[in-house]
Amino acid sequence: MYLGRVIGNVVCTQKVESFNNIKLLLVQPLDEKLKKIGDPVVACDTVQAGINDIVFYEGGREAALGLKNWFNPSDLTIMGIVDQVNIGE
Amino acid sequence: MILGKVIGNVVSTMKLSIYEGYKILIVQPINNREEPQGKTFLALDTVQAGVGDIVLIIDEGNSSRLIMNNKTAPVRTMIVGIVDSIN
Repeated sequence: MYLGRVIGNVVCTQKVESFNNIKLLLVQPLDEKLKKIGDPVVACDTVQAGINDIVFYEGGREAALGLKNWFNPSDLTIMGIVDQVNIGE
Repeated sequence: MILGKVIGNVVSTMKLSIYEGYKILIVQPINNREEPQGKTFLALDTVQAGVGDIVLIIDEGNSSRLIMNNKTAPVRTMIVGIVDSIN
């Protein structure tokens, strides 16, 4: 699982049928100090994350399993909204 | 399995129900000389590891689903042990 910040959403009407009524969000991957790493990616949303929310997401097969109908081609799904990131102490 | 060092944790209340009851820790992967090696990631804690602990991490979906006893759990990285010493 990795940290990211929601920076936008992606509207897409013509898409795979199993992606119907699944929100697609634009996520900027972050490191543990919430600094940007890598380029923004598109992820499926399962927790109604909003713009500027810090989230954690999962890739690979687990991304597809995160959605209700797990037979879908998602390879990146947001699994939760982060309230607090604590480093050290 | 890989070795890692716990460097922090993440608090999250709005998340998929499968994640409830598990602490989410931030882990820095390390090599056998305990030097950082690679990007940090988040892992579900099953052994009450704390910050600064050297831990054993499962980074594979099927093993995690076995641990959680749930065939469709969207979980891949889990902390499964606290390492006492690396010789």
